[in-house]
Amino acid sequence: MKGSNEPVFWSLFGAGGVLSALIGPVLILITGIAVPLGFLLPEDTLSHANVLAFVQHPLGKLALLTVIALFLFHGCHRMLHSLHDLGFRTGTRAAFGFYGFATLGTVMTALLLLIW
Amino acid sequence: MSRFQSTAKTYIRPMSGWWLKNPYFIRYMIREGSAVFLTLYALVLLAGLACLAWSPEAYAAWRGLLDTPLSLGFHVIALLLVAYHSLTWFQVMPKTAPKLPFDPRLIVRGGLAASAGLSLLILVLLWWVTR
Amino acid sequence: MPDATTRTIEIECFRYDPETDAKPRFQRYQVPFTDDMSVLQGLQYIKDHLDGSLTFRWSCRMAICGSCGKMINGVPQLSCHSFLRDYYPRRVRVEPLNHFPVIRDLVIDQSGFLDHLETVKPYLIPKEEQPLAAGPQRQTPLQMDRYYQYSQCINCLLCYSACPQFGLNPDFTGPAALALLHRYNADSRDQGWSARREVTNAEEGVWSCTLVGYCSEVCPKGVDPAHAINQNKVNSTLDYFGILKFLLPRGDAK
Repeated sequence: MKGSNEPVFWSLFGAGGVLSALIGPVLILITGIAVPLGFLLPEDTLSHANVLAFVQHPLGKLALLTVIALFLFHGCHRMLHSLHDLGFRTGTRAAFGFYGFATLGTVMTALLLLIW
Repeated sequence: MSRFQSTAKTYIRPMSGWWLKNPYFIRYMIREGSAVFLTLYALVLLAGLACLAWSPEAYAAWRGLLDTPLSLGFHVIALLLVAYHSLTWFQVMPKTAPKLPFDPRLIVRGGLAASAGLSLLILVLLWWVTR
Repeated sequence: MPDATTRTIEIECFRYDPETDAKPRFQRYQVPFTDDMSVLQGLQYIKDHLDGSLTFRWSCRMAICGSCGKMINGVPQLSCHSFLRDYYPRRVRVEPLNHFPVIRDLVIDQSGFLDHLETVKPYLIPKEEQPLAAGPQRQTPLQMDRYYQYSQCINCLLCYSACPQFGLNPDFTGPAALALLHRYNADSRDQGWSARREVTNAEEGVWSCTLVGYCSEVCPKGVDPAHAINQNKVNSTLDYFGILKFLLPRGDAK
């Protein structure tokens, strides 16, 4: 039997799972519901100036990169396994596709954050 | 070749639709389905970041999209599914730990309490910083 | 209050005869039963009084031999351990255990499981063979507690029928075999991690599990295979990154 490389992806899946279990709901509530509706938080919370200040701060950069990268790796790992659950054949090519997508999103986020 | 493989003619039942045949499996698939919405949410954030880098107008357009009913609907569903992910994540967390010298339900309660506490902290911090 | 009167329940059985049938069919029987009768006793009534051709496995009738597992209304259960009174007045549907090839009627081919069971080396692998003269190897209650639950497995295969990953991929080592793998890894007299690491770390080992968790729900003996498998995902990850060898408390019988 061949040793699996799953530990690498399972670790990223687990880290993303913990992070999204802890703060996933509140982030979605803030950026997707509360701010657009002006409920709990004012509508200008996500103003251009505020968000620019956030991504210019090193801690803001780190937070955004961590959230986007780990959410993507968590989500892609689960979706890959769900395809298998639904009866699709998921070989190396599918794994490359899903984890490649998460890696691409991570690299794009990192490059964008380097602008500021 | 198997040492035990029988030579009998057998009937192998199909697996299609297995996840609809038991409420336990339906809940499992909802849990796994949360990943689709979490991934899309990460892409929404990434798109916002790209728009911010592009121009203030592009950012305003992204911010405007968040106000549309389609976006609100998406985020409400995402919130419900990711909250379900959060609950189930802490429920199965004791399974990945070695045998614990205390009641494993403490991990579930502790995780949910940590999630609630962090959420409140983020909300208060954000409110305080942007006040 | 126990009810001694006889009522009649309908039992619907999965039927498949490899010599005549291309596909399985269902057959219904009207079975008189009293309050103390198990689903297994219902099947025995059918065989003795209604249809001698109905084929199924059973032995002890007291939930310890692990032979009489069936799908009962879609749930994997020991048929000696579930009672007709709990289904009355609805019909009871009895099928062979899910995810295994059917040999005939309610009898499945469990040879795939036996292959998996053999790969996990379910016996003590000590670093140094202890001579009999050394006497018993004592364990503290705490040491015994680490594996005792997993040693209660009776190989009834209900957990395999509860596991969609085994159904989707019969090469998956599966819940009971991996629970027994952990039962020996967790034993203070065993130093066999390396001997079992290949199957643990393989795609067909712990990594085929997606923590559906139903295996632990259906176990009639209180074994928690999902716990065994998922704590070994952590161990397998530590092994992958070369950290585990520093953490093995008792060394390794490599």
